[in-house]
Amino acid sequence: MVRLTPYVEIDGETITVIVPRAEMGQGVQTTLAALVAEEMDLDWGSFSVAHGAPSRSYANGALLVAGLPFAAYRETRLTRWAAGAMRVTGRLMGMQITGGSTSTRDAYLRMRRAGAAARAMLVAAAARRLGQPPETLRTQDGAVVAPDGTRLPYAALAAAAAKQRPPRRPRLKPSRDWRLLGRALPRPDMADKVHGRTRYAGDIRAEGMLFATVRMCPHFGGTLRGVDAGPALAIPGVVKVVEIGAGVGVIARDTWTAMRAARALAPDWGPASGPADTDAAFGAIAAAFDRRPTVTLGRRGDVEAALGAEKPIEAEYRVPYLAHATMEPMTATALYGDGRLTLWAGTQAPLLARERAARAVGLKPRDVTLHVTPMGGGFGRRAEFDFSDQAARLARAVPGRPVCLAWSRAEDMSHDFYRPAMIARLRGQAGASGPAALSLDIAGPSVLAEQARRVVGYVPPGPDKMLLEGAFDQPYAIADFRARGYRADIGIPVGSWRSVGYSHNTFFLESFLDEIAAAAGLDPVEMRLNLMRGESARAAKVLERAAEIAGWGTPPPPGHARGVAFCWSFGAPTAQVVEICRTEAGIRLERLCCAMDVGRALDPGIVEAQIVSGALFGLSAAIYGEITLAGGAVEQANFDSSRELRLGQLPAIETCILQSGGKPAGVGEPATPPAAPALANALFALTGERHRRLPLHHAVRFA
Amino acid sequence: MQITVNGTRHRVDADPAMPLLWVLRDVLGLTGTKYGCGTGLCGACTVHVAGRAVAACQLPVGKVSAEVTTIEGLAAGPVQDAWIAHQVAQCGYCQPGHVMAAAALLARTDSPTDAEIDAAMAGHICRCGTGPRIRAAIHHAARQLREG
Repeated sequence: MVRLTPYVEIDGETITVIVPRAEMGQGVQTTLAALVAEEMDLDWGSFSVAHGAPSRSYANGALLVAGLPFAAYRETRLTRWAAGAMRVTGRLMGMQITGGSTSTRDAYLRMRRAGAAARAMLVAAAARRLGQPPETLRTQDGAVVAPDGTRLPYAALAAAAAKQRPPRRPRLKPSRDWRLLGRALPRPDMADKVHGRTRYAGDIRAEGMLFATVRMCPHFGGTLRGVDAGPALAIPGVVKVVEIGAGVGVIARDTWTAMRAARALAPDWGPASGPADTDAAFGAIAAAFDRRPTVTLGRRGDVEAALGAEKPIEAEYRVPYLAHATMEPMTATALYGDGRLTLWAGTQAPLLARERAARAVGLKPRDVTLHVTPMGGGFGRRAEFDFSDQAARLARAVPGRPVCLAWSRAEDMSHDFYRPAMIARLRGQAGASGPAALSLDIAGPSVLAEQARRVVGYVPPGPDKMLLEGAFDQPYAIADFRARGYRADIGIPVGSWRSVGYSHNTFFLESFLDEIAAAAGLDPVEMRLNLMRGESARAAKVLERAAEIAGWGTPPPPGHARGVAFCWSFGAPTAQVVEICRTEAGIRLERLCCAMDVGRALDPGIVEAQIVSGALFGLSAAIYGEITLAGGAVEQANFDSSRELRLGQLPAIETCILQSGGKPAGVGEPATPPAAPALANALFALTGERHRRLPLHHAVRFA
Repeated sequence: MQITVNGTRHRVDADPAMPLLWVLRDVLGLTGTKYGCGTGLCGACTVHVAGRAVAACQLPVGKVSAEVTTIEGLAAGPVQDAWIAHQVAQCGYCQPGHVMAAAALLARTDSPTDAEIDAAMAGHICRCGTGPRIRAAIHHAARQLREG
């Protein structure tokens, strides 16, 4: 096997493009492989794609940049300088993370350069072999072609090419010459997924395999005092009961037996530190408003003076905790023996997962081989390490036997790292053309602080941008403005959930702007356009397009109504119009029109899929999504108590992908934030009732 | 106990109460059938028993009296082709179940209405939001079947 760059390997006739980002369904393995293949002039379908081993050279710089407390639509020299510095830090920290809709943004230059470098090395090797200057050679379909038509396939040049020095700044193909990028390519993972051949981490099978599940303390921050293994061991097929931290694992000859045995146990749970119920959690979040703000961003003018001039419009909004509910509950497979650990896990952060698993079983990271498998959904959940650590610990209990760990759905729903519940207190002053003054006070758990503490062991200094993203950084010219964040440590684990802070703050801001528009008698689209035209022409164009496809200018049919929302997140300004209608069975989602400026669509088919995916994820959460607590434990256990939109409930979706040029934006998340406020605003337009709490199904009957 | 899966007869040494899902996955190593909820709420474990779409997590293996077809044994045809043509799958985890349900539907009718598709898919969840492409793929496959 010959490696030309960290991203290109040639083994005999087989060319493999390494895509060190995790495939959760977002199509990243397709688009990132295309970046390399484009520069190398590889035929689509003529090479294989692999995730590759965990490595620092695959660190994600764009992820850290996204955490900077600047409005993304204003790129200044300062933000560019800070972004450069963060890129270095990210590499040092070894963050090979898939998340934050950053993969394409991070790889756009890097992987094209890797492909171009590999191509240059192959051409140089061919030039040497043919005794011709490299400038006379071209590349086509995986071969170097000489002026006389002689073809030297890459496979035949690989060994010689590997001895060439990779060029530092290889010349990139101009985009007008692209053959793969910019087209909807067939995904290389598609056929296997359709035929059931894809092996997720829970589908690894090996000789002598055992199957396991876990039952962790149902109370957050709780412990395991002890457990009588007897009732589990009495079930035929149970091999071992293992205490692992704040819970128990059961190893058996099949998953069903393991799950039955886990249910048969009566563990003695120790005291817990989390709240007793949902009211207590919200009470603790509300109490954070009484303390000093943790972070203030976007301050302009004098908001207190402006709000004091007349009685302001005031409103309080609330959103619940949300589970990721990936279709594949947490799984991982592990084999321990002879001082080594082999781990198969669908992880969004392989370097950290390997390090953590090593620590969990007392090994060095170099003694751990991690195979990153495709994931049955991620949405941020698989950026955590609990499940891979558990598989490692369980495998250590039965050395030499591979152990396949599968969580039950109930375990998955009740032991997530949730999207935090949040409360927003908003005050605004309506002027003739919209909000003259706006103050957003937002309280809730800090994803940044909790995730950083879990991952690197400390909370990084600097403003907590995630608490306020979507609230302070939108392209609206409001003279007197301020967003304040109040961190509340609640004791329910929180983590990244598709679009993170934008997922709640966009609901707050965009719903409240709708309230101001209604109070001032303004059209919600026109008002937003007036606020954004001077700030960002890109944003205004996106909103205009969404309104145009939705037919905003023409009144909806009787019994129908429309709502609009906008959000600029992950580099992609996005606008949505949701149209609903009243039916005998309840409110029906009729249409969702979404316009998004992605800068450059590297694969329009995948971009479209992600827009639809993100929007439906947002709608489903807005209508049904909720995690509640009673007796210190999560009440939802399965898809009956935690519902999802079904096929028959989906609206017709129309998308418009705008490409204003420049770098590609992230597309996995930006369609999620506007969905909830667009729907709530449509409900207001239809019924005159303003919905300030999610999920909506408590107050509205949906068809 | 003996069951026939994808045309092959298997002697299975398992508790008759064990759901077919786990026999397929853990005993026979047919991992294309997925666990999603264990309670018949999500459709990820859908297989065919005597040609009908069934949630394998709800069927004790001892009660299986007819031939079982899993995603691995489903004859290649218009459904899978349409799924690929429409690039339906994202994470792909729920797709074998959706494909099995669609194949069972199209075995009953080659011109399903949207309402029939909704009904056939009502027991299925996809968290990636592939629903619109699933609907398009079913119509596409139906067209292929009608045109032979």
